[in-house]
Amino acid sequence: MKTIRDSVLPQPGKAVGIETMGMTMRFGAFTALDDVSISIPAGSFHALLGENGAGKSTLVKCIMGFYNASGGSLSVDGREVVIDSPKAAADYGLGMVYQHFTLVSSLTGAENLVISRREVPGVINWAKERTDLASFMERMPFRIPLDRPVRELAAGEKQKLEIVKQLYLGRSFLVLDEPTSVLTPAEADEMLGLVRDLTERKELTVLMISHKFHEVMKFADAVSILRRGKLVGGGKVGELSTAEMAAKMIGDVKLAQLDSRLPVANAARPVLKVEHLKAPDRTGLKTIEIDGLTVCAGEIVGIAGISGNGQKELTEILVGQRPSETGRVVVNGEVYGATRQEARTNNVRFIPEEPLQNACAPKMTVSENLAFRMFDLKMDGRKSIWLSRRQMKSWATTLISDFKVKTASTASPIAALSGGNVQRAVLARELTGKVDLLIVSNPCFGLDFSAVAEIRARIVRARNSGAAVLLLSEDLDELMELSDRIHVMSGGRLVYETPARGADIGIIGAHMAGHH
Amino acid sequence: MEDTGLGLWGVPLAIIGGAIRVSTPFIFVSLGETITERSGRINLGLEGTLVLGAMTAYAVAATTGSTWLGVLAAMFVGSIFGIVHGWICKFPKVNDIAIGIAMMQFGLGLAFFLGKPFIQPIAPKLPSIPLGAWSDTPQVEAALNINVLFFIGAALALVLFWAFRHTRIGLILRVVGDSTDAARAMGIQPDFVRLVATAIGGSLAAIGGAYLSLYYPGSWNEGISSGQGLMAIALVIFARWNPVGCFLAALLFGGAGALGPALQSVGVTQGYYLFYAAPYVLTLIILIMTSSPNRPLIGAPGALSLTKL
Repeated sequence: MKTIRDSVLPQPGKAVGIETMGMTMRFGAFTALDDVSISIPAGSFHALLGENGAGKSTLVKCIMGFYNASGGSLSVDGREVVIDSPKAAADYGLGMVYQHFTLVSSLTGAENLVISRREVPGVINWAKERTDLASFMERMPFRIPLDRPVRELAAGEKQKLEIVKQLYLGRSFLVLDEPTSVLTPAEADEMLGLVRDLTERKELTVLMISHKFHEVMKFADAVSILRRGKLVGGGKVGELSTAEMAAKMIGDVKLAQLDSRLPVANAARPVLKVEHLKAPDRTGLKTIEIDGLTVCAGEIVGIAGISGNGQKELTEILVGQRPSETGRVVVNGEVYGATRQEARTNNVRFIPEEPLQNACAPKMTVSENLAFRMFDLKMDGRKSIWLSRRQMKSWATTLISDFKVKTASTASPIAALSGGNVQRAVLARELTGKVDLLIVSNPCFGLDFSAVAEIRARIVRARNSGAAVLLLSEDLDELMELSDRIHVMSGGRLVYETPARGADIGIIGAHMAGHH
Repeated sequence: MEDTGLGLWGVPLAIIGGAIRVSTPFIFVSLGETITERSGRINLGLEGTLVLGAMTAYAVAATTGSTWLGVLAAMFVGSIFGIVHGWICKFPKVNDIAIGIAMMQFGLGLAFFLGKPFIQPIAPKLPSIPLGAWSDTPQVEAALNINVLFFIGAALALVLFWAFRHTRIGLILRVVGDSTDAARAMGIQPDFVRLVATAIGGSLAAIGGAYLSLYYPGSWNEGISSGQGLMAIALVIFARWNPVGCFLAALLFGGAGALGPALQSVGVTQGYYLFYAAPYVLTLIILIMTSSPNRPLIGAPGALSLTKL
């Protein structure tokens, strides 16, 4: 096999095993990682489970040399080594695929691969590099266009390219941080299956951080479970049940239960109607075309699809961030232009993806952010000229306690909150008061179990109290759990519709992948 | 003006000749700014660097009698100005646009202060290549008498276009310009790359200044630049950070700039002042036509403070 390798110690294409012994990491008085010993033999597929803040990323960062562990040691292939920088980790053939993409978006795939090498010639002979890349890609299980700028790739393709990049650099041990969060079920299965093949051929060892039990059960050999910095369990995958793993992860916290759902009335009033909508997408090259989409009061309509198929543009049109060419959006029987006044009279609320960037002013305080919907109104609903700080603060205090937002004070900047708490704060703002139409996009991306359970429960509760909910999500499990009906969006169109109960994931996945 | 025998044909000819003559400073400043912006920094101070370069080149050429020594001196001073800009900008919370405006005023002031004694002396001119020698028409000869720096600029545009794709340095520059984090993850020091890119940008802008004082118009005075340094920055955006695009855009600007004098030379006496504004009107029209509220600027370096606004 041909690998352009820039690491020194292990053989290219030969898996290495690693072992942590009593790994401990303290930040001041806080112990983020407490005496963790995990053994990952060469060629195995190991899963690392744990809630947010359980110490998973701390452990991984200690292994990868981002942190210097306060105690304990690490051995690679049975030899104790000191890894004090990411560069040293690369020397031992250890690599990592991050949850956020580290590719340079304006460079092509090929340029990204070549420039990430440690030795890059002063003048790049592209003819030679292309041949080398082509022969390298031949033995890669992934098919990715390498000559297009990375920004034009879909999220799934970027994720594959990240993995390919690590293999191109000749890594023998890979950390995958929630690698399937942006993929369709079929893509995820395919990708993990191929990675698993690599481990079975003893070419690669994998440590995967995941929240998805079915992936862990299907692909991993062994699991380790962390809670509050301690190793609380683990073992071979066949010997542990999902329930046991979940119990170990969460401890004795009780998860929020979904309310039992009230059936959708047959004569439910349509709240949102989208008719013959047409608009160019972000690149201006493709069009978004929604012929008809209706969401009735008291139902959740889910929109499935791989990111980059027009979901973002659709939400932007619905909330007035993007003009449409033709067609119209009707809310409560009237044409809706998404002005502040219209949103207020029709009780339209919006929870975008990445709420810190898209629904908050990050440097403003928690209480100011919570007041975005009402700061210019008096108690009696009339317009006010002067802000009432006192009213904003008491409003914020109520919402913070109602939605269990963890914040140092109402006056701290909202950017200082953790992801889950930002999401809770935005939910608090958007779900308080009467809600007729709720548009939600990827509400649980990157959040831990208890936050996910609670946020989903809140959305179902809003539905049960009569709100029409449009839920756009890349997580099919989430859509199956929450929706009443599911549409699949692909290439800017709604290509398939099915009731969620009894829906066939295979068919949905095929439509997501564009086979329709 | 009837004795030339060219009549109205003189207008396109004058525009072509003018385009080549006027565009050279645009070419150098915009190529310099392209390098700087591709690294994720904006240097708005190039107008100051341009004028300071013009003064330095003229002073050195007048003193030593060597125009090329003058150009080299201008490049040196320009790179120092770039380094100062780059060095200040590496500190956290420093805004490169504000620093650029300060550096522009500083460069202008310094040039006028140090340049006072050099308004009178005559400096030698940069050499040009008489490509029009075959013709007996003086206008054709004049239009095709092309300065060496124009060819150097054209070659530089091609070299940069190639280098951005085919050299390690080019790729590193683009990585730094697109994502500071990705660059750090690769072990590249973004601040250092930007410092070098700003220094090179400054030295190229100073060559543009040297052209102004040593060839066209060919003297040193305080009104030597009519904002070429600033226009060139708009030109970079319009050319979408593409060196060859910068070259073509500079020609277009030069041609538009030559419209007024060309009309004047064929005897159009009314309203030709309006045509002096042509390059600026052209900038506005093109920028409006090529931008859209619905999509980000294609090709804009991701780490540029412009794109973050």
